[in-house]
Amino acid sequence: MRALLCLFAFCFALALPATAQEAEPTAPAAPDRSVTGGAQTLEDILRRQQGLEVDPRGEALIGDDTAAGMAQQLGTLGGASDSEVWRALRYGYDGVEVSAGGPVARVLMQDGGMAWYEFRSGPLATYGGWLLLGTIGALLLFYLLRGRIMVDGEKTGRTVTRFQAFERFSHWLLAGSFILLGFTGLFVKYGRDYIAPYLGKEFNATLLEASKYIHNNVSWAFMIALVFVFFLWVWHNIPNRHDITWFAQAGGIVGSKHPPAKKFNAGQKIIFWSVIILGGSISASGLSLLFPYELPMFAKTFVILNDIGVPGWLGMAPFPIEMSPQEEMQFAQAWHAIVSFVLMAIIIAHIYIGSVGMEGAYDAMGSGEVDEAWAEQHHSLWLEELREKEKAAPKDATPAE
Amino acid sequence: MKAMMVGFVGIVVIGVAAYFVLEQAGFSSADVFSSPSVRLD
Repeated sequence: MRALLCLFAFCFALALPATAQEAEPTAPAAPDRSVTGGAQTLEDILRRQQGLEVDPRGEALIGDDTAAGMAQQLGTLGGASDSEVWRALRYGYDGVEVSAGGPVARVLMQDGGMAWYEFRSGPLATYGGWLLLGTIGALLLFYLLRGRIMVDGEKTGRTVTRFQAFERFSHWLLAGSFILLGFTGLFVKYGRDYIAPYLGKEFNATLLEASKYIHNNVSWAFMIALVFVFFLWVWHNIPNRHDITWFAQAGGIVGSKHPPAKKFNAGQKIIFWSVIILGGSISASGLSLLFPYELPMFAKTFVILNDIGVPGWLGMAPFPIEMSPQEEMQFAQAWHAIVSFVLMAIIIAHIYIGSVGMEGAYDAMGSGEVDEAWAEQHHSLWLEELREKEKAAPKDATPAE
Repeated sequence: MKAMMVGFVGIVVIGVAAYFVLEQAGFSSADVFSSPSVRLD
């Protein structure tokens, strides 16, 4: 019997800790939600932000009889639907009236902003960046494979005037402003992601503020130069039959042939029309951005494109023709950036061929004088025209006083 | 080279002129988006 009692006492002693362990995890006390009437509290929100588990008892009570009564200040709408109110705000049939600010201030909700933001920080940044880096990489590869395009044979030492002073001034006005606009635009696009983490937010903020001033004001020099360049060179950039020969011989870039060309060859004509058309489009969207909400142009453009049937050609739904003033700005910004990336890639190639890519090319825009051998090899028809003009001019002619 | 330099100077001149002309003409955001009850400067 004593042994039995001892065994019982031993088993009881063993069982004690286990009982204590089972009793230990007591249910957590319900958070004090008296302030919110039982709904979630600030602590719940903070826990959710930290990824921690939130006591579901707070959420379960939302919208129950804890809600304020219909007649109270924050009461529910009763039979009316909240979602209908939000939908009306979202799609602009809410009848909101404002005493100042016009149509822009009327818009309380504009969900197109999210699509624009995602496009701008997603595909635009990614593909735009790769387009520029890819162009630089392709040119580097081309340089390694082809090397610098040299003048065949000896230079003559005699020069001809390729571009007059005003032509060169206009070119550099356009080129310098475009480079400034390109860099400042890229800073604005990529500064937060690639400059701030390395050089600091303060530096990035200062750089972006300066970029904004430069971008907004230098744009006028670009637009003026674009007009100059158009009128100076449009006549020389009308396509002709020699362009076909130029393309057939790959412009002489691949191989050793020198296709005949007048003042501008087919490759230069592509550059010219790219600058005029894309630069013109960038200027138009840029003006729309410079004077916010004053020059909306996308809804009008989309009406024309829909009438022509462009979306159908691309297998797309008709473009939106009713948009809020803010959406107009978003389309203008997106288009401005897309076209700018394309033009930047083209201009990088132009800078390459006009500098390290071809011997003697820079002189045309530097001093304006090119060697006759260079002119003969790259613009033979233009040189012929120039010589014929010289012959036609009377030798005893004196310049007007 | 001279034409290039003149072109670059032209960018600065046009840019500065544009800034002051637009500022004077009341095209700054502060002017455009302010009203008697909204001051943005």
